[in-house]
Amino acid sequence: MEQAKFSMLTEKAREIRLGAVEAVFSASSGHPGGSLSIADILSYLYFEEMNVDPADPKKADRDRFVLSKGHTAPALYATLAARGYFDKALLKTLRQVDSILQGHPDMKHIPGVDMSTGSLGLGISAACGMALSAKASKDDYRVYTIVGDGESEEGQVWEAAMFAAHYKLDNLCAFIDWNGLQIDGKITDVMNPTPLDEKFAAFGWNVIVIDAHDFDQIEAACKAARECKGKPTAIIAKSVKGKGVSFMENQAGWHGKAPNKEQYEQAVAELTASV
Amino acid sequence: MADKIATREAYGNALAELGEKYDIVVLDADLAEATKTLTFKKKFPERHFDCGIAEGNMMAVAAGIASTGKIPFASSFAMFAAGRAFEQVRNCIGYPHLNVKIGATHAGISVGEDGATHQCNEDIALMRTIPGMVILNPADGLEAKAAVEAAILHDGPVYLRFGRYAVPYLYDEANYKFEIGKGIKLAEGSDVTIVATGLMVHIALEAKELLAAEGISAEVINIHTIKPLDVEMITESAKKTGAVVTAEEHNIIGGLGGAVCEALAGTCPVPVVRVGVEDKFGKSGKVPALLEEYGLTAANIAAKAKAAIALKK
Repeated sequence: MEQAKFSMLTEKAREIRLGAVEAVFSASSGHPGGSLSIADILSYLYFEEMNVDPADPKKADRDRFVLSKGHTAPALYATLAARGYFDKALLKTLRQVDSILQGHPDMKHIPGVDMSTGSLGLGISAACGMALSAKASKDDYRVYTIVGDGESEEGQVWEAAMFAAHYKLDNLCAFIDWNGLQIDGKITDVMNPTPLDEKFAAFGWNVIVIDAHDFDQIEAACKAARECKGKPTAIIAKSVKGKGVSFMENQAGWHGKAPNKEQYEQAVAELTASV
Repeated sequence: MADKIATREAYGNALAELGEKYDIVVLDADLAEATKTLTFKKKFPERHFDCGIAEGNMMAVAAGIASTGKIPFASSFAMFAAGRAFEQVRNCIGYPHLNVKIGATHAGISVGEDGATHQCNEDIALMRTIPGMVILNPADGLEAKAAVEAAILHDGPVYLRFGRYAVPYLYDEANYKFEIGKGIKLAEGSDVTIVATGLMVHIALEAKELLAAEGISAEVINIHTIKPLDVEMITESAKKTGAVVTAEEHNIIGGLGGAVCEALAGTCPVPVVRVGVEDKFGKSGKVPALLEEYGLTAANIAAKAKAAIALKK
């Protein structure tokens, strides 16, 4: 990847992380850990990969994005703000009673949100519906979704996996945010959904395993997904929950907890300093 | 034309006919032959998608399709459409108010021999609690077809409830008008109002005759739209007659009876007696025997009408 693009994506990911942490801090609630783990993927999708237009959020031929792990809305909102869908100042209103920024993504009121999500397992199915619709009317837009690794304990994820392969939805690309942690601890201790790569492959998907924080690998995987015909693609993205904030990294306790003022200031300092 | 048709069959016929006129997409969950969406599939195979035995996924898939501008009909038995997939319907379809039509067949105990696991007497109650959900429960083949077209023309989620058991035609096509949210007065009366829905409408008309034989004048209203309820028509009738009986093939909790009680409590609190499945599970049997066993009969409606009249002040 050329340096200019890499720098741009890195800066956008930093902006997304800062925005997500600011939103959760302002709300005194929300999900920072899984927001930070997907920031690099969101940066790549919204600033490089997807055909979207913040000035026309509902344009018919846009690529769609569904945050199946909807609780990490702070990262999505920070991404949409960074991309210009709405004012960044709104991030401070997350979860407030008079804000459009609901605790989980709300397609009715938030510009740029393509599907309301939050109840785990449902988003990937809705993404399948969008991809099937594109196939049915021979539209060439693509559909992207991010599914949590813990989320893949939901049976519906596998109903959707079966469906996408059955209908050869090669316009569907699902990232699995493999950060290894869920609310109650390690995914392998709580209810082991691994091996995710072998499971998706067995369900008939094109499977690519990458480092979720390496833009070159994200780019190569997205390109491979585009080139794969006849199968949906699952990008199993090995990530660090809480990535970029030292005390949140790899800590299940930061799944759904807001930082206090001191922690917030440290998080901002670390995220601002990181290269 | 046969003199009877199951509303599920009318549903399948309507989809196939209206598929020529509207850009609808039909989803099913391995029940196309039973829900009668097969009729549509034979005509428009490229617009029919089997989702397999995975109703939760199907509802969320329907939401995704609707978000792209198409009008999906997602079909299964009421038990699985409203029961199994309740949370998907609530969160993926209801909350974003997406333009999904849920074609739920085999509602109520008239499923018959399959028994309790497949007899959904709770779907109206479940769907009523979802804000913005329209609930249509047609009484005959003509009304079923009209309901399908009205659902297509309505922008937003609609739950359509169809039965497996053949019911008589009640209406002439020439004189029939379907409007979402508007009840249809089938008979004028002065002593008691019978508010019925679905399969129970023609049985309510029989009850009216039984009552007439005893000198009791019953008004009969067909409520094909359970939500939004025609509160105005029901209230006006309650004011006139002073007593109401509801009749539905559903639990007496949370269905038409519940809706009518909730409405009249605020507009015209008169005695209301509910005929329906009395908070029990169903069981296997021939449909006439089941209707008898669960009190879904003209005789029981007439008895309950007299009970309601006796409660008048």
